[in-house]
Amino acid sequence: MLLQINGQNREYPAPLNIVQLLAHLQLATERVVVELNREILTADKLADTQLKDGDTLELIQFVGGG
Amino acid sequence: MQIFINEQSLKIQIEARLFELRDRHKPDADLLIVNGFPVSQDQPLNDGDRIVLIRRGEQPTATELEALMMARHTPGVHAKIKNSCVGIAGAGGLGSNIAIALARVGVGTLVIADFDLVEPSNLNRQQYFIDQIGLPKVAALRENLQRINPGVRVTIIQQKITPDNLLEHFSAVDVMVEAFDAAEQKAMLISHFLRSCPQTPLVAASGMAGYAASNSISTRKMAKNLYLCGDGTTAAQPGRGLMAPRVGIAAHHQANAVLRLLLGVEPE
Repeated sequence: MLLQINGQNREYPAPLNIVQLLAHLQLATERVVVELNREILTADKLADTQLKDGDTLELIQFVGGG
Repeated sequence: MQIFINEQSLKIQIEARLFELRDRHKPDADLLIVNGFPVSQDQPLNDGDRIVLIRRGEQPTATELEALMMARHTPGVHAKIKNSCVGIAGAGGLGSNIAIALARVGVGTLVIADFDLVEPSNLNRQQYFIDQIGLPKVAALRENLQRINPGVRVTIIQQKITPDNLLEHFSAVDVMVEAFDAAEQKAMLISHFLRSCPQTPLVAASGMAGYAASNSISTRKMAKNLYLCGDGTTAAQPGRGLMAPRVGIAAHHQANAVLRLLLGVEPE
């Protein structure tokens, strides 16, 4: 299936949920804000959300400091 | 003609001059402010002028201070800011600087949450004083904000913000600010807040440690109603600490983004 991640088209085999995608991208789940098809998802929903062909994701990674 | 003197409306004769007005209303005033600007020479007054007469050392009242700020900001801008409410989650290097900038600009209500106490190491970048060590940060910050602008209403929450209490404190704000230190807390606040309050803009920060280039810190729109300030990558770590200048730059990017949102202008 084709996913658009932060503006880039990427091909992934289905089935794939968001936790699996983040692991594949080596992103720490708890430090990322996920927007799927223009809707923000909270961390507790990531494992239950299966990705499908044509999904658009924005993955915003945060670093510590403030 | 009509003028305003220390915010009170007053009818005066057409040829009236500044020094004459001072002598009549506050002869001991040694600071004369006309339409927001300090003036040392006598001058004719014009219809609609706003005059503030101050004696140095004597504190202006909250209303007088507001009149001064209003003149600086133009009345329309001031009214919008004054009637707004901004939530700030975190009162460390980002939050304390943001709160002070917003209080100075005259934001009407600030809701500030932090569970922490002021520690000596905080003084390298956070807006506290040495005699405030050991105080809850929110209490110390409220005290400092009220010394700057007593007209700002400051609501403080001394507890850890979680998905369960987030909305109780922040659901009614006009703009929300993420000012936490830990990346996990940042992501938690942003995702839960935007999920529950998708119509409220949120200004967050990520990447401001060390002393890398000032100009690598920017303000970007990341998603609907999510604005992110910082360089996005420079994490605090051993050997690359959080320091006043760069944390201050990021904090003021956030404060300016808040101000623009309150005034209906897209942050950038």
